[in-house]
Amino acid sequence: MAVPVTIPYVRYSIRGAHWFAGRALKELVAGSGLDKARIDGLCFSSFTLGPDTAVGLTQHLGLSPRWLDHIPMGGASGIVALRRAARAVQAGDAAIVACIAADTNHPDTFRRTSANFSVFARDAVYPYGAGGANASFALLTAHYMRCYGARAEDFGRICVAQRANAASFPHALLRKPMTLEDYLGARPIAEPLRLFDCVMPCAGAEALLVMREALAEAQGLPHARILATIERHNAFADDPIQTRGGWAEDRDALYGQAGIGPGDIAFLETYDDYPVMTMMQIEDLGFCGKGEGPDFVRRHDLTAGGSFPLNTSGGQLSVGQAGAAGAYLGLTEAVRQLTGRPLGRAVRDAAFGMVSGFGMINYDRGLCSGAAILARARTA
Amino acid sequence: MSTPLPRPRRKNPILRTRLPTLPPGMRSRFALGLTAAAARGRLELQHCSDCGAVQYPAREACHRCLSDRLAWRPVADAGELIADTRIHVSQELFFRERVPWRMGLVRLDCGANVIAHVHRDCPAAPTRVRVLNALDRAGQAVLTALPEEGDATMADDPQLRELTCDPRDRRILVTDGKTAVGQAVIDRLVEAGAEIVWVGYSEPWKKFPGFDRLESIPQVTLMPLDVTDPVSVRELAREIGFKTDILVNTAEYHRAYGIAQRAGTEVARAEMDVNYFGLLRLAQEFGPVMRGRGADGQNSAVAWVNLLSIFALANYPPHGTFSASKAAAHSLAQCLRAEMQPAGVRVINVFPGPIDDEWNQLILPPKLAPAALAAAIVKALRESVEDVYPGDIAQDWFARWRDNPKALERELVANP
Repeated sequence: MAVPVTIPYVRYSIRGAHWFAGRALKELVAGSGLDKARIDGLCFSSFTLGPDTAVGLTQHLGLSPRWLDHIPMGGASGIVALRRAARAVQAGDAAIVACIAADTNHPDTFRRTSANFSVFARDAVYPYGAGGANASFALLTAHYMRCYGARAEDFGRICVAQRANAASFPHALLRKPMTLEDYLGARPIAEPLRLFDCVMPCAGAEALLVMREALAEAQGLPHARILATIERHNAFADDPIQTRGGWAEDRDALYGQAGIGPGDIAFLETYDDYPVMTMMQIEDLGFCGKGEGPDFVRRHDLTAGGSFPLNTSGGQLSVGQAGAAGAYLGLTEAVRQLTGRPLGRAVRDAAFGMVSGFGMINYDRGLCSGAAILARARTA
Repeated sequence: MSTPLPRPRRKNPILRTRLPTLPPGMRSRFALGLTAAAARGRLELQHCSDCGAVQYPAREACHRCLSDRLAWRPVADAGELIADTRIHVSQELFFRERVPWRMGLVRLDCGANVIAHVHRDCPAAPTRVRVLNALDRAGQAVLTALPEEGDATMADDPQLRELTCDPRDRRILVTDGKTAVGQAVIDRLVEAGAEIVWVGYSEPWKKFPGFDRLESIPQVTLMPLDVTDPVSVRELAREIGFKTDILVNTAEYHRAYGIAQRAGTEVARAEMDVNYFGLLRLAQEFGPVMRGRGADGQNSAVAWVNLLSIFALANYPPHGTFSASKAAAHSLAQCLRAEMQPAGVRVINVFPGPIDDEWNQLILPPKLAPAALAAAIVKALRESVEDVYPGDIAQDWFARWRDNPKALERELVANP
């Protein structure tokens, strides 16, 4: 994994998703020093590219890849793209895969995305108050709090720590310092969620290149290695309400592939669309037991310099959620940390990092989960 | 226990009348089975005819065995509210004007998870609830979690009142008070708390049986109305149309016989003039003004009730021309429903079997008592039902018609 790219986020843009994709590809080409024609694989994600898919993007941007994938998996798109791209490179189907997620945001984009997010959402969720994802996660959060004794302050600790991380991250849209009092005093959105539990929709793009390590070395590109990855869809379908994600089913395989344990992970980049999901990811990825998340965040300093560095860029909660690009935010940040080139504050002794993804509240729960363990380059 | 709804204050005529907005009305075609069930006031979910699995939301295939033989069948309405929230920020105008809005996740005892509106009297989750399937202002089915035991003030929940057309505190026009059915409807509406019941009566120069009794009811105001006279309909609409919350069209002209037993078309014309053109005249004069008042505060325009007949579904040869006029009225009522829907005003069609009156003398019992018909109309208003088949004969005909309309047609030839 090399050349992590972020196209700076803006709250609203008059540009289309194609513009953000084009900027991202240009930065990949410029950052790698490679000719555009050498990019022979493309893996793309977006909510707002319609009616185009990755196919249309090849003509739009003048690419002729021999391997192409379009991944509509929301917050799991980044991890899944990484898996697909790495397998394509491993199998020889492509040598250099550009993984890009790009989305625009117009004033009415978010409402229209919510109203037509899925067939089940349109038929059986949106007519009930039209609260969008906020309402769905309010239900999961309320239930989690009741079952495991989490308090608003515990979620607040996650949000406040991420805001502190965002202070030094140049692309974060929300960098104003936030205290726990600010968090608790914010207006209610969908009880128990308050304003700062919710991400801010925006426009932007994230991208990186996937290639063999030898090629990255030959090109002189700073890079990180993929040690292990997992993905799972529609896990635990019989649970009455979501208290865990597919990570709980696959984490042993993840650590097994990597040959390391949770204690070796220097930092964790979760898919932080809402703090309750971050707490579930901390639990399900083995950093503590189920239901111990609230206690875990009370015991740890979650800032980049703390005892458990979490979402070191500030995460989507502070950087903003640029549609599907939110799924890549942890990946680009992890590559920067592992190559010693963070845009914000560096995590000390970062040899291994973990990134996890979570996506698609199709009806009453998020269906897609994934995670990757990444390592510093051998030569670094 | 809900806080009882206060009586609506008098409207300030200077203030702007809010325009109606609607909850999201988009549904997949295969999800409309829920709407069909709500139209009749039932809770039905998709059942797999092969493996018996129950599923929600609706799908195009059984999630367990992949069969496409899926049928909508009743399920028990009991379940557990697992989690709930009050939404303060909504993305749609309809809810934005009504927040905070309570909704939640209910695990029905049949195993299906449903997202539902949550009545304010439900205790905090987890709690046992029962789930109501009702039509919302967009005319689509929505589920609502209700407390297991409701009291008299339950209907006063603002969220529930958005779904129903409860007559309480509402101003209602009953178009014909001369008939037994009309008078029974008036009594029931007054009993249900209607603020004003305007009662239409044609031929105002003569008193009809029951006139004095109606006049003695404080909520009742008698108004001259002849639905066959465009001027009469227009004049009344100008006088009360802008404050009519519910219109109940009970005007009906009913004579026996089919085609061959009577020469000429005068009787058939008279039936059409009341049963079909009467509805059309009322719809043209009252429809637009009621459509403009779909969101006019606590007692906005909410419903339009048509007294049709089960004979509208299939012609009953001994009353052949009457059946035809009711079929025409039914078709027109569907048009009216489509035109009123953008304002959230519900059109309720009532399909009674033979009513126990003079014109059904030769029809064998069971016949429907006017009081039972009136009760069914008030119940439909309170429960947000859109198609009502009151009484045993109507239920029997409806079941036969749904099962096989051609068979019903043949049965009516052989055994009218």
